[in-house]
Amino acid sequence: MKFQVDSSPHLAPVNDVGHVMRQVLLALLPGIAVATWYFGWGVLINLWLATLLAVAFEAGVLALRRRPIRPVIGDWSAVVTAWLLVLALPPLAPWWLLTIGVFFAIVVAKQLYGGLGYNPFNPAMIGYVVLLISFPAAMTNWVAPTTIADVHLGLLDSLRVTFTGALPAGIGWDAITTATPLDAVRSGLRQGETISEIQNSIAFGLLAGEGWEWMALAFAAGGLWMLRRGIIDWRTPTAVLGTLAALSAVFWLVDAEHYASPIQHLLGGGAMLGAFFIATDPVSGSTTPTGRLIFGAGVGLLTFVIRSWGGYPDAIAFAVLLMNMAAPTIDAYTRPRVYGEDSRP
Amino acid sequence: MASATVRHLIKEGLWKNNPGLVQLLGLCPLLAVTATTVNGLGLGIATTLTLIISNTIVSLIRNVVTSAIRIPVYVLVIASTVTAIELILGAWFYDLYKTLGIFIPLIVTNCAIIGRAEAFASKNTIPLAFIDGLAMGAGFTAVLVVLGTMREVLGRGTIFSGAHMLFGDAARDLQITLSGDYSGFLVAILPPGAFLGLGLLLAIKNIIDKRMEKRASTVREFPVTFHPAAGK
Repeated sequence: MKFQVDSSPHLAPVNDVGHVMRQVLLALLPGIAVATWYFGWGVLINLWLATLLAVAFEAGVLALRRRPIRPVIGDWSAVVTAWLLVLALPPLAPWWLLTIGVFFAIVVAKQLYGGLGYNPFNPAMIGYVVLLISFPAAMTNWVAPTTIADVHLGLLDSLRVTFTGALPAGIGWDAITTATPLDAVRSGLRQGETISEIQNSIAFGLLAGEGWEWMALAFAAGGLWMLRRGIIDWRTPTAVLGTLAALSAVFWLVDAEHYASPIQHLLGGGAMLGAFFIATDPVSGSTTPTGRLIFGAGVGLLTFVIRSWGGYPDAIAFAVLLMNMAAPTIDAYTRPRVYGEDSRP
Repeated sequence: MASATVRHLIKEGLWKNNPGLVQLLGLCPLLAVTATTVNGLGLGIATTLTLIISNTIVSLIRNVVTSAIRIPVYVLVIASTVTAIELILGAWFYDLYKTLGIFIPLIVTNCAIIGRAEAFASKNTIPLAFIDGLAMGAGFTAVLVVLGTMREVLGRGTIFSGAHMLFGDAARDLQITLSGDYSGFLVAILPPGAFLGLGLLLAIKNIIDKRMEKRASTVREFPVTFHPAAGK
Protein backbone atom coordinates (compact mmCIF):
# COMPACT_ATOMS: atom_id res chain seq x y z
CA MET A 1 0.00 0.00 0.00
CA LYS A 2 1.36 3.37 -0.97
CA PHE A 3 0.50 6.70 0.58
CA GLN A 4 0.65 9.53 -1.84
CA VAL A 5 2.35 12.53 -0.29
CA ASP A 6 2.39 15.76 -2.24
CA SER A 7 5.30 18.14 -1.98
CA SER A 8 5.28 20.82 0.69
CA PRO A 9 3.89 23.16 1.91
CA HIS A 10 1.44 20.99 3.87
CA LEU A 11 -1.38 23.13 5.22
CA ALA A 12 -3.69 21.70 7.82
CA PRO A 13 -7.33 22.48 7.13
CA VAL A 14 -8.86 25.02 9.48
CA ASN A 15 -11.71 23.10 11.03
CA ASP A 16 -12.45 24.41 14.50
CA VAL A 17 -15.97 25.01 15.77
CA GLY A 18 -15.86 28.74 15.09
CA HIS A 19 -14.91 28.13 11.47
CA VAL A 20 -17.82 25.74 10.94
CA MET A 21 -20.29 28.03 12.72
CA ARG A 22 -19.25 31.05 10.64
CA GLN A 23 -19.87 29.05 7.45
CA VAL A 24 -23.31 28.03 8.75
CA LEU A 25 -24.07 31.73 9.28
CA LEU A 26 -22.86 32.49 5.75
CA ALA A 27 -25.10 29.73 4.38
CA LEU A 28 -28.09 31.31 6.13
CA LEU A 29 -27.54 34.69 4.45
CA PRO A 30 -29.44 34.02 1.18
CA GLY A 31 -32.46 32.84 3.15
CA ILE A 32 -32.24 35.89 5.43
CA ALA A 33 -32.04 38.19 2.42
CA VAL A 34 -35.19 36.67 0.91
CA ALA A 35 -36.96 36.75 4.28
CA THR A 36 -36.12 40.44 4.68
CA TRP A 37 -37.33 41.18 1.15
CA TYR A 38 -40.69 39.54 1.77
CA PHE A 39 -41.28 40.16 5.47
CA GLY A 40 -39.61 43.52 6.02
CA TRP A 41 -37.27 45.11 8.54
CA GLY A 42 -38.59 43.00 11.41
CA VAL A 43 -36.36 40.09 10.37
CA LEU A 44 -33.18 42.17 10.60
CA ILE A 45 -34.21 43.86 13.84
CA ASN A 46 -34.91 40.46 15.41
CA LEU A 47 -31.60 39.04 14.18
CA TRP A 48 -29.71 41.99 15.66
CA LEU A 49 -31.56 41.90 18.97
CA ALA A 50 -31.37 38.10 19.33
CA THR A 51 -27.64 38.09 18.57
CA LEU A 52 -27.00 40.67 21.29
CA LEU A 53 -29.19 38.78 23.77
CA ALA A 54 -27.64 35.40 22.97
CA VAL A 55 -24.07 36.66 23.43
CA ALA A 56 -25.06 38.50 26.62
CA PHE A 57 -26.82 35.46 28.13
CA GLU A 58 -23.97 33.16 27.15
CA ALA A 59 -21.38 35.49 28.69
CA GLY A 60 -23.53 35.91 31.80
CA VAL A 61 -23.92 32.18 32.42
CA LEU A 62 -20.26 31.51 31.72
CA ALA A 63 -19.33 34.18 34.25
CA LEU A 64 -21.64 32.53 36.80
CA ARG A 65 -20.10 29.13 36.04
CA ARG A 66 -16.61 30.68 36.29
CA ARG A 67 -15.69 29.45 32.83
CA PRO A 68 -13.56 31.34 30.29
CA ILE A 69 -15.89 33.59 28.31
CA ARG A 70 -13.89 34.65 25.29
CA PRO A 71 -13.29 31.26 23.58
CA VAL A 72 -16.93 30.21 23.97
CA ILE A 73 -18.31 33.48 22.60
CA GLY A 74 -15.70 33.22 19.85
CA ASP A 75 -17.05 29.91 18.57
CA TRP A 76 -20.15 31.71 17.23
CA SER A 77 -22.46 28.88 18.29
CA ALA A 78 -24.67 31.26 20.32
CA VAL A 79 -25.11 33.42 17.23
CA VAL A 80 -26.12 30.41 15.12
CA THR A 81 -28.69 29.44 17.77
CA ALA A 82 -30.03 33.01 17.87
CA TRP A 83 -30.35 33.23 14.09
CA LEU A 84 -32.09 29.86 13.75
CA LEU A 85 -34.54 30.84 16.48
CA VAL A 86 -35.28 34.20 14.85
CA LEU A 87 -35.88 32.60 11.45
CA ALA A 88 -38.58 30.45 13.06
CA LEU A 89 -40.28 33.40 14.84
CA PRO A 90 -42.77 35.91 13.42
CA PRO A 91 -40.82 38.86 11.96
CA LEU A 92 -42.43 41.53 14.16
CA ALA A 93 -42.13 39.54 17.38
CA PRO A 94 -42.01 41.82 20.46
CA TRP A 95 -38.70 42.18 22.32
CA TRP A 96 -39.85 40.25 25.39
CA LEU A 97 -40.79 37.25 23.23
CA LEU A 98 -37.28 37.21 21.78
CA THR A 99 -35.74 37.63 25.23
CA ILE A 100 -37.64 34.68 26.70
CA GLY A 101 -36.93 32.53 23.63
CA VAL A 102 -33.20 33.29 23.61
CA PHE A 103 -33.04 32.81 27.40
CA PHE A 104 -34.52 29.32 27.18
CA ALA A 105 -32.37 28.45 24.16
CA ILE A 106 -29.03 29.64 25.55
CA VAL A 107 -29.38 29.45 29.32
CA VAL A 108 -31.74 26.52 29.88
CA ALA A 109 -31.30 24.27 26.83
CA LYS A 110 -27.58 24.86 26.30
CA GLN A 111 -25.65 26.14 29.32
CA LEU A 112 -27.60 24.42 32.12
CA TYR A 113 -26.81 21.11 30.43
CA GLY A 114 -23.13 22.01 30.31
CA GLY A 115 -22.66 24.13 27.20
CA LEU A 116 -21.97 23.33 23.56
CA GLY A 117 -21.52 19.61 23.03
CA TYR A 118 -23.51 18.56 26.09
CA ASN A 119 -26.99 19.71 25.13
CA PRO A 120 -29.31 16.77 24.38
CA PHE A 121 -31.78 19.04 22.58
CA ASN A 122 -31.37 21.57 19.82
CA PRO A 123 -31.29 24.88 21.76
CA ALA A 124 -32.99 27.00 19.09
CA MET A 125 -35.88 24.55 18.84
CA ILE A 126 -36.31 24.45 22.64
CA GLY A 127 -36.56 28.25 22.62
CA TYR A 128 -39.08 28.10 19.79
CA VAL A 129 -41.27 25.40 21.37
CA VAL A 130 -41.31 27.13 24.77
CA LEU A 131 -42.61 30.26 23.05
CA LEU A 132 -45.06 28.34 20.87
CA ILE A 133 -46.77 26.59 23.76
CA SER A 134 -46.58 29.60 26.10
CA PHE A 135 -47.65 32.46 23.86
CA PRO A 136 -49.78 30.99 21.06
CA ALA A 137 -51.37 34.35 20.20
CA ALA A 138 -48.11 36.28 19.79
CA MET A 139 -46.58 33.40 17.84
CA THR A 140 -49.27 33.40 15.16
CA ASN A 141 -49.00 37.14 14.38
CA TRP A 142 -47.12 36.38 11.19
CA VAL A 143 -46.39 39.37 8.94
CA ALA A 144 -47.95 39.29 5.48
CA PRO A 145 -45.45 39.21 2.58
CA THR A 146 -44.72 42.77 1.41
CA THR A 147 -45.64 41.84 -2.14
CA ILE A 148 -49.29 41.31 -1.24
CA ALA A 149 -49.70 43.45 1.90
CA ASP A 150 -51.47 46.82 1.71
CA VAL A 151 -49.31 48.41 4.38
CA HIS A 152 -45.54 48.47 4.63
CA LEU A 153 -43.75 49.32 7.83
CA GLY A 154 -40.50 51.28 7.57
CA LEU A 155 -37.44 50.72 9.74
CA LEU A 156 -38.53 53.15 12.47
CA ASP A 157 -42.08 51.83 12.58
CA SER A 158 -40.78 48.26 12.77
CA LEU A 159 -38.44 49.19 15.62
CA ARG A 160 -41.35 50.82 17.45
CA VAL A 161 -43.49 47.70 17.02
CA THR A 162 -40.71 45.46 18.31
CA PHE A 163 -39.94 47.53 21.38
CA THR A 164 -43.27 49.08 22.35
CA GLY A 165 -45.81 46.90 20.55
CA ALA A 166 -47.49 50.06 19.23
CA LEU A 167 -48.53 50.01 15.59
CA PRO A 168 -48.58 53.26 13.58
CA ALA A 169 -51.86 55.15 13.91
CA GLY A 170 -54.72 53.76 11.86
CA ILE A 171 -53.21 50.32 11.30
CA GLY A 172 -54.39 47.22 13.10
CA TRP A 173 -52.60 43.90 13.40
CA ASP A 174 -55.06 42.48 10.87
CA ALA A 175 -53.74 44.83 8.19
CA ILE A 176 -50.18 43.61 8.36
CA THR A 177 -50.48 39.98 9.47
CA THR A 178 -51.79 36.88 7.76
CA ALA A 179 -51.89 33.15 8.28
CA THR A 180 -48.79 31.24 7.21
CA PRO A 181 -49.43 28.95 4.22
CA LEU A 182 -49.44 25.80 6.36
CA ASP A 183 -51.74 27.49 8.87
CA ALA A 184 -54.10 28.47 6.03
CA VAL A 185 -54.11 24.88 4.74
CA ARG A 186 -54.85 23.56 8.19
CA SER A 187 -57.66 25.93 9.10
CA GLY A 188 -59.11 25.69 5.56
CA LEU A 189 -59.30 21.90 5.75
CA ARG A 190 -60.95 22.17 9.16
CA GLN A 191 -63.65 24.38 7.71
CA GLY A 192 -64.36 21.77 5.06
CA GLU A 193 -62.61 23.49 2.15
CA THR A 194 -60.59 21.48 -0.34
CA ILE A 195 -56.91 21.99 -1.03
CA SER A 196 -57.55 23.52 -4.45
CA GLU A 197 -60.00 26.05 -2.97
CA ILE A 198 -57.51 27.01 -0.27
CA GLN A 199 -54.64 27.38 -2.68
CA ASN A 200 -56.64 29.67 -4.94
CA SER A 201 -55.75 32.55 -2.65
CA ILE A 202 -53.14 35.07 -3.77
CA ALA A 203 -51.14 34.30 -0.62
CA PHE A 204 -50.15 30.94 -2.11
CA GLY A 205 -47.93 32.45 -4.81
CA LEU A 206 -46.58 30.25 -7.54
CA LEU A 207 -45.87 27.00 -5.74
CA ALA A 208 -46.44 26.86 -2.01
CA GLY A 209 -46.88 30.34 -0.54
CA GLU A 210 -45.95 33.89 -1.55
CA GLY A 211 -42.48 34.58 -0.20
CA TRP A 212 -42.26 31.24 1.63
CA GLU A 213 -41.39 29.27 -1.48
CA TRP A 214 -38.43 31.54 -2.31
CA MET A 215 -37.29 31.60 1.29
CA ALA A 216 -37.32 27.78 1.34
CA LEU A 217 -35.38 27.61 -1.93
CA ALA A 218 -32.81 30.10 -0.61
CA PHE A 219 -32.33 27.99 2.54
CA ALA A 220 -31.99 24.92 0.33
CA ALA A 221 -29.33 26.72 -1.73
CA GLY A 222 -27.43 27.61 1.45
CA GLY A 223 -27.78 24.00 2.60
CA LEU A 224 -26.43 22.62 -0.68
CA TRP A 225 -23.46 24.99 -0.39
CA MET A 226 -22.77 23.60 3.10
CA LEU A 227 -22.99 20.07 1.67
CA ARG A 228 -20.43 20.99 -1.00
CA ARG A 229 -18.12 22.42 1.63
CA GLY A 230 -18.44 19.23 3.64
CA ILE A 231 -19.90 20.99 6.70
CA ILE A 232 -22.97 18.79 6.86
CA ASP A 233 -23.55 15.19 5.82
CA TRP A 234 -25.93 14.48 2.92
CA ARG A 235 -27.75 11.74 4.78
CA THR A 236 -29.77 13.77 7.30
CA PRO A 237 -31.33 16.34 4.91
CA THR A 238 -31.91 13.70 2.25
CA ALA A 239 -33.71 11.45 4.71
CA VAL A 240 -35.81 14.31 6.15
CA LEU A 241 -36.90 15.71 2.80
CA GLY A 242 -37.19 12.29 1.14
CA THR A 243 -39.44 10.87 3.85
CA LEU A 244 -41.58 13.99 4.00
CA ALA A 245 -41.93 14.10 0.19
CA ALA A 246 -42.64 10.37 -0.16
CA LEU A 247 -45.26 10.27 2.60
CA SER A 248 -47.03 13.41 1.44
CA ALA A 249 -46.92 12.15 -2.18
CA VAL A 250 -48.67 8.91 -1.22
CA PHE A 251 -51.48 10.68 0.63
CA TRP A 252 -51.72 13.42 -1.99
CA LEU A 253 -52.05 10.88 -4.83
CA VAL A 254 -54.77 9.05 -2.96
CA ASP A 255 -56.75 12.15 -1.95
CA ALA A 256 -55.47 15.39 -3.46
CA GLU A 257 -58.35 17.42 -2.07
CA HIS A 258 -57.66 16.71 1.58
CA TYR A 259 -53.89 16.30 1.73
CA ALA A 260 -51.43 19.03 0.76
CA SER A 261 -49.04 18.28 -2.10
CA PRO A 262 -45.39 17.32 -1.53
CA ILE A 263 -44.38 20.73 -2.90
CA GLN A 264 -46.55 22.42 -0.29
CA HIS A 265 -44.91 20.34 2.42
CA LEU A 266 -41.35 20.94 1.19
CA LEU A 267 -41.57 24.64 0.31
CA GLY A 268 -44.52 25.99 2.32
CA GLY A 269 -43.06 25.87 5.82
CA GLY A 270 -39.90 25.21 7.76
CA ALA A 271 -38.91 21.95 6.02
CA MET A 272 -35.84 23.28 4.17
CA LEU A 273 -34.52 25.27 7.13
CA GLY A 274 -35.17 22.27 9.38
CA ALA A 275 -33.66 19.64 7.09
CA PHE A 276 -30.42 21.49 6.27
CA PHE A 277 -29.77 23.63 9.36
CA ILE A 278 -31.59 22.12 12.34
CA ALA A 279 -31.73 18.34 11.92
CA THR A 280 -28.02 18.37 10.96
CA ASP A 281 -26.99 19.71 14.38
CA PRO A 282 -23.98 17.51 15.21
CA VAL A 283 -24.56 17.75 18.97
CA SER A 284 -28.23 16.85 19.40
CA GLY A 285 -28.71 14.72 16.26
CA SER A 286 -27.42 11.28 15.31
CA THR A 287 -23.80 11.02 14.26
CA THR A 288 -23.40 7.54 12.77
CA PRO A 289 -24.01 7.17 8.99
CA THR A 290 -26.97 4.80 9.34
CA GLY A 291 -28.14 6.70 12.38
CA ARG A 292 -28.37 9.92 10.37
CA LEU A 293 -30.63 8.21 7.85
CA ILE A 294 -32.91 6.88 10.61
CA PHE A 295 -32.86 10.19 12.48
CA GLY A 296 -33.73 12.14 9.32
CA ALA A 297 -36.48 9.71 8.34
CA GLY A 298 -37.94 10.04 11.83
CA VAL A 299 -37.97 13.82 11.57
CA GLY A 300 -39.68 13.64 8.17
CA LEU A 301 -42.25 11.11 9.38
CA LEU A 302 -43.13 13.01 12.57
CA THR A 303 -43.31 16.30 10.67
CA PHE A 304 -45.82 14.85 8.22
CA VAL A 305 -47.87 13.17 10.94
CA ILE A 306 -48.08 16.27 13.16
CA ARG A 307 -48.76 18.60 10.23
CA SER A 308 -51.54 16.37 8.87
CA TRP A 309 -53.27 15.16 12.03
CA GLY A 310 -51.68 17.01 14.95
CA GLY A 311 -52.46 20.20 16.81
CA TYR A 312 -50.00 22.55 15.11
CA PRO A 313 -49.66 23.74 11.50
CA ASP A 314 -45.89 23.23 11.30
CA ALA A 315 -44.01 20.54 13.15
CA ILE A 316 -40.30 20.67 12.34
CA ALA A 317 -39.45 21.79 15.88
CA PHE A 318 -41.49 19.07 17.61
CA ALA A 319 -40.19 16.43 15.20
CA VAL A 320 -36.57 17.43 15.75
CA LEU A 321 -36.95 17.52 19.55
CA LEU A 322 -38.66 14.13 19.65
CA MET A 323 -35.93 12.62 17.50
CA ASN A 324 -33.26 14.33 19.67
CA MET A 325 -34.55 12.13 22.51
CA ALA A 326 -34.10 9.06 20.34
CA ALA A 327 -30.68 10.03 18.94
CA PRO A 328 -28.49 8.41 21.66
CA THR A 329 -30.36 5.10 21.28
CA ILE A 330 -30.15 5.26 17.49
CA ASP A 331 -26.42 5.92 17.71
CA ALA A 332 -25.90 3.04 20.13
CA TYR A 333 -27.53 0.57 17.74
CA THR A 334 -25.98 1.87 14.52
CA ARG A 335 -22.39 2.26 15.67
CA PRO A 336 -20.21 1.25 12.72
CA ARG A 337 -18.19 -1.92 13.27
CA VAL A 338 -14.52 -1.26 13.81
CA TYR A 339 -12.42 -3.17 11.24
CA GLY A 340 -11.55 -6.55 12.74
CA GLU A 341 -14.19 -6.33 15.48
CA ASP A 342 -16.39 -9.39 16.00
CA SER A 343 -19.55 -8.88 13.96
CA ARG A 344 -21.64 -10.76 16.52
CA PRO A 345 -22.62 -8.40 19.31
CA MET B 1 -38.56 11.72 74.91
CA ALA B 2 -35.61 13.97 74.53
CA SER B 3 -36.13 17.31 72.92
CA ALA B 4 -32.91 16.79 70.97
CA THR B 5 -34.49 13.82 69.19
CA VAL B 6 -37.55 15.88 68.38
CA ARG B 7 -35.46 18.73 67.05
CA HIS B 8 -33.48 16.22 64.98
CA LEU B 9 -36.68 14.72 63.53
CA ILE B 10 -38.07 18.13 62.60
CA LYS B 11 -34.81 19.17 60.97
CA GLU B 12 -34.73 15.90 59.00
CA GLY B 13 -38.30 16.31 57.73
CA LEU B 14 -38.11 19.98 56.84
CA TRP B 15 -34.66 20.16 55.34
CA LYS B 16 -31.98 17.45 55.59
CA ASN B 17 -34.16 14.53 54.49
CA ASN B 18 -37.04 16.43 52.89
CA PRO B 19 -39.30 13.96 51.02
CA GLY B 20 -39.69 16.32 48.04
CA LEU B 21 -36.17 17.67 47.69
CA VAL B 22 -33.88 14.96 49.05
CA GLN B 23 -35.68 11.61 49.01
CA LEU B 24 -37.46 12.70 45.79
CA LEU B 25 -40.46 10.61 46.80
CA GLY B 26 -44.04 11.31 45.80
CA LEU B 27 -42.96 13.17 42.69
CA CYS B 28 -46.13 12.28 40.80
CA PRO B 29 -48.49 14.46 42.88
CA LEU B 30 -45.68 16.94 43.52
CA LEU B 31 -45.34 17.64 39.81
CA ALA B 32 -48.96 17.19 38.81
CA VAL B 33 -50.95 19.37 41.22
CA THR B 34 -48.61 22.28 41.82
CA ALA B 35 -50.03 24.57 39.14
CA THR B 36 -51.27 26.89 41.90
CA THR B 37 -50.36 27.62 45.52
CA VAL B 38 -53.74 26.54 46.85
CA ASN B 39 -53.69 23.19 45.05
CA GLY B 40 -50.23 22.52 46.43
CA LEU B 41 -51.25 23.52 49.95
CA GLY B 42 -54.44 21.43 49.77
CA LEU B 43 -52.66 18.29 48.68
CA GLY B 44 -49.85 18.98 51.14
CA ILE B 45 -52.25 19.15 54.09
CA ALA B 46 -54.03 15.97 52.96
CA THR B 47 -50.69 14.16 52.64
CA THR B 48 -49.51 15.41 56.03
CA LEU B 49 -52.69 14.18 57.70
CA THR B 50 -52.24 10.79 56.05
CA LEU B 51 -48.61 10.62 57.16
CA ILE B 52 -49.44 11.51 60.78
CA ILE B 53 -52.32 9.03 61.06
CA SER B 54 -50.61 6.15 59.24
CA ASN B 55 -47.34 6.68 61.15
CA THR B 56 -49.20 6.65 64.47
CA ILE B 57 -51.21 3.53 63.66
CA VAL B 58 -48.22 1.66 62.25
CA SER B 59 -46.23 2.49 65.36
CA LEU B 60 -49.17 1.40 67.53
CA ILE B 61 -49.33 -2.05 65.94
CA ARG B 62 -45.59 -2.49 65.38
CA ASN B 63 -45.27 -5.22 67.98
CA VAL B 64 -48.29 -7.16 66.70
CA VAL B 65 -47.56 -7.30 62.99
CA THR B 66 -45.06 -9.94 61.93
CA SER B 67 -42.46 -8.88 59.46
CA ALA B 68 -43.69 -11.33 56.79
CA ILE B 69 -47.01 -9.57 56.32
CA ARG B 70 -46.01 -6.05 57.32
CA ILE B 71 -46.18 -4.46 53.85
CA PRO B 72 -49.80 -5.51 53.09
CA VAL B 73 -50.78 -4.34 56.58
CA TYR B 74 -49.12 -0.94 56.05
CA VAL B 75 -50.87 -0.59 52.70
CA LEU B 76 -54.22 -1.41 54.33
CA VAL B 77 -53.63 1.18 57.05
CA ILE B 78 -52.59 3.86 54.55
CA ALA B 79 -55.43 3.07 52.13
CA SER B 80 -58.05 3.26 54.89
CA THR B 81 -56.62 6.57 56.09
CA VAL B 82 -56.65 8.03 52.58
CA THR B 83 -60.19 6.82 51.98
CA ALA B 84 -61.33 8.59 55.13
CA ILE B 85 -59.52 11.80 54.14
CA GLU B 86 -60.99 11.63 50.65
CA LEU B 87 -64.49 11.38 52.13
CA ILE B 88 -63.79 14.35 54.41
CA LEU B 89 -62.56 16.46 51.50
CA GLY B 90 -65.57 15.46 49.43
CA ALA B 91 -67.89 16.46 52.26
CA TRP B 92 -66.40 19.80 53.34
CA PHE B 93 -64.03 20.96 50.61
CA TYR B 94 -65.94 19.88 47.51
CA ASP B 95 -64.33 22.40 45.09
CA LEU B 96 -60.84 21.42 46.17
CA TYR B 97 -61.85 17.76 46.01
CA LYS B 98 -62.90 18.24 42.38
CA THR B 99 -59.76 20.19 41.48
CA LEU B 100 -57.32 17.70 42.99
CA GLY B 101 -59.33 14.83 41.51
CA ILE B 102 -57.47 11.56 41.15
CA PHE B 103 -54.47 12.82 43.13
CA ILE B 104 -56.30 12.45 46.46
CA PRO B 105 -56.82 8.66 46.16
CA LEU B 106 -53.32 8.48 44.67
CA ILE B 107 -51.87 9.64 48.02
CA VAL B 108 -51.99 5.90 48.81
CA THR B 109 -49.24 5.32 46.28
CA ASN B 110 -47.07 8.19 47.54
CA CYS B 111 -43.86 6.33 48.37
CA ALA B 112 -43.00 8.85 51.07
CA ILE B 113 -45.83 7.49 53.22
CA ILE B 114 -45.07 3.78 53.06
CA GLY B 115 -41.40 4.75 53.21
CA ARG B 116 -41.87 6.45 56.59
CA ALA B 117 -44.03 3.55 57.83
CA GLU B 118 -41.35 1.03 56.95
CA ALA B 119 -38.25 3.04 57.79
CA PHE B 120 -39.36 4.92 60.90
CA ALA B 121 -42.81 4.28 62.36
CA SER B 122 -42.42 0.49 62.55
CA LYS B 123 -39.30 0.88 64.71
CA ASN B 124 -40.15 3.79 66.98
CA THR B 125 -42.53 4.81 69.74
CA ILE B 126 -45.87 6.44 69.02
CA PRO B 127 -44.93 10.04 69.93
CA LEU B 128 -41.79 9.90 67.81
CA ALA B 129 -43.69 8.39 64.87
CA PHE B 130 -46.30 11.13 65.22
CA ILE B 131 -43.68 13.87 65.15
CA ASP B 132 -41.87 12.23 62.25
CA GLY B 133 -45.11 12.16 60.23
CA LEU B 134 -45.77 15.80 61.06
CA ALA B 135 -42.24 16.90 60.13
CA MET B 136 -42.08 14.91 56.90
CA GLY B 137 -45.57 16.10 55.92
CA ALA B 138 -44.65 19.70 56.65
CA GLY B 139 -41.49 19.38 54.55
CA PHE B 140 -43.46 17.90 51.67
CA THR B 141 -46.14 20.60 51.99
CA ALA B 142 -43.51 23.34 51.99
CA VAL B 143 -42.08 22.09 48.69
CA LEU B 144 -45.58 21.83 47.17
CA VAL B 145 -46.43 25.38 48.25
CA VAL B 146 -43.16 26.92 47.04
CA LEU B 147 -43.34 25.13 43.69
CA GLY B 148 -47.04 25.97 43.32
CA THR B 149 -46.39 29.64 44.07
CA MET B 150 -43.51 29.82 41.60
CA ARG B 151 -45.60 28.27 38.84
CA GLU B 152 -48.70 30.32 39.62
CA VAL B 153 -46.81 33.63 39.65
CA LEU B 154 -45.07 32.90 36.35
CA GLY B 155 -47.97 31.17 34.65
CA ARG B 156 -50.88 33.37 35.68
CA GLY B 157 -49.49 36.39 37.49
CA THR B 158 -51.49 35.62 40.64
CA ILE B 159 -50.95 34.16 44.11
CA PHE B 160 -53.61 32.30 46.13
CA SER B 161 -56.13 32.08 43.31
CA GLY B 162 -58.91 29.74 44.40
CA ALA B 163 -58.14 30.25 48.09
CA HIS B 164 -61.87 29.93 48.83
CA MET B 165 -61.62 26.21 48.02
CA LEU B 166 -59.54 25.75 51.14
CA PHE B 167 -60.52 28.55 53.50
CA GLY B 168 -64.15 29.26 52.61
CA ASP B 169 -65.75 32.18 50.81
CA ALA B 170 -64.23 34.78 53.12
CA ALA B 171 -60.83 33.97 51.64
CA ARG B 172 -61.70 35.08 48.12
CA ASP B 173 -59.97 38.40 48.79
CA LEU B 174 -56.72 36.58 49.53
CA GLN B 175 -55.96 36.36 45.84
CA ILE B 176 -53.16 38.72 44.87
CA THR B 177 -53.00 39.75 41.23
CA LEU B 178 -49.52 40.96 40.43
CA SER B 179 -50.29 42.52 37.08
CA GLY B 180 -53.62 43.13 35.44
CA ASP B 181 -52.75 42.55 31.76
CA TYR B 182 -50.32 39.67 32.25
CA SER B 183 -50.97 37.14 29.50
CA GLY B 184 -49.30 34.32 31.38
CA PHE B 185 -46.21 32.24 30.72
CA LEU B 186 -48.12 29.04 30.01
CA VAL B 187 -45.15 26.70 30.05
CA ALA B 188 -44.88 27.29 33.82
CA ILE B 189 -48.34 25.81 34.36
CA LEU B 190 -47.86 22.99 31.86
CA PRO B 191 -45.94 19.81 32.87
CA PRO B 192 -42.52 21.08 31.67
CA GLY B 193 -42.83 23.96 34.14
CA ALA B 194 -43.18 21.46 36.99
CA PHE B 195 -39.95 19.69 36.05
CA LEU B 196 -38.05 22.93 35.45
CA GLY B 197 -39.33 24.38 38.72
CA LEU B 198 -38.42 21.29 40.77
CA GLY B 199 -34.99 21.23 39.12
CA LEU B 200 -34.41 24.84 40.12
CA LEU B 201 -35.53 24.17 43.71
CA LEU B 202 -33.13 21.21 43.94
CA ALA B 203 -30.32 23.37 42.61
CA ILE B 204 -31.07 26.15 45.09
CA LYS B 205 -31.14 23.65 47.98
CA ASN B 206 -27.79 22.21 46.89
CA ILE B 207 -26.26 25.69 46.73
CA ILE B 208 -27.51 26.52 50.24
CA ASP B 209 -26.24 23.18 51.57
CA LYS B 210 -22.82 23.77 50.03
CA ARG B 211 -22.58 27.27 51.49
CA MET B 212 -23.58 25.99 54.94
CA GLU B 213 -21.05 23.17 54.73
CA LYS B 214 -18.34 25.62 53.75
CA ARG B 215 -19.17 27.89 56.66
CA ALA B 216 -19.20 24.92 59.05
CA SER B 217 -15.79 23.73 57.85
CA THR B 218 -14.32 27.23 58.14
CA VAL B 219 -15.46 27.37 61.70
CA ARG B 220 -13.90 23.96 62.37
CA GLU B 221 -10.61 24.96 60.80
CA PHE B 222 -10.32 28.20 62.73
CA PRO B 223 -12.03 27.68 66.07
CA VAL B 224 -12.47 30.82 68.09
CA THR B 225 -10.13 29.65 70.87
CA PHE B 226 -7.19 29.66 68.48
CA HIS B 227 -7.99 33.11 67.19
CA PRO B 228 -5.01 35.37 67.82
CA ALA B 229 -7.33 38.02 69.22
CA ALA B 230 -9.16 35.59 71.46
CA GLY B 231 -6.61 35.46 74.25
CA LYS B 232 -6.39 39.21 74.76
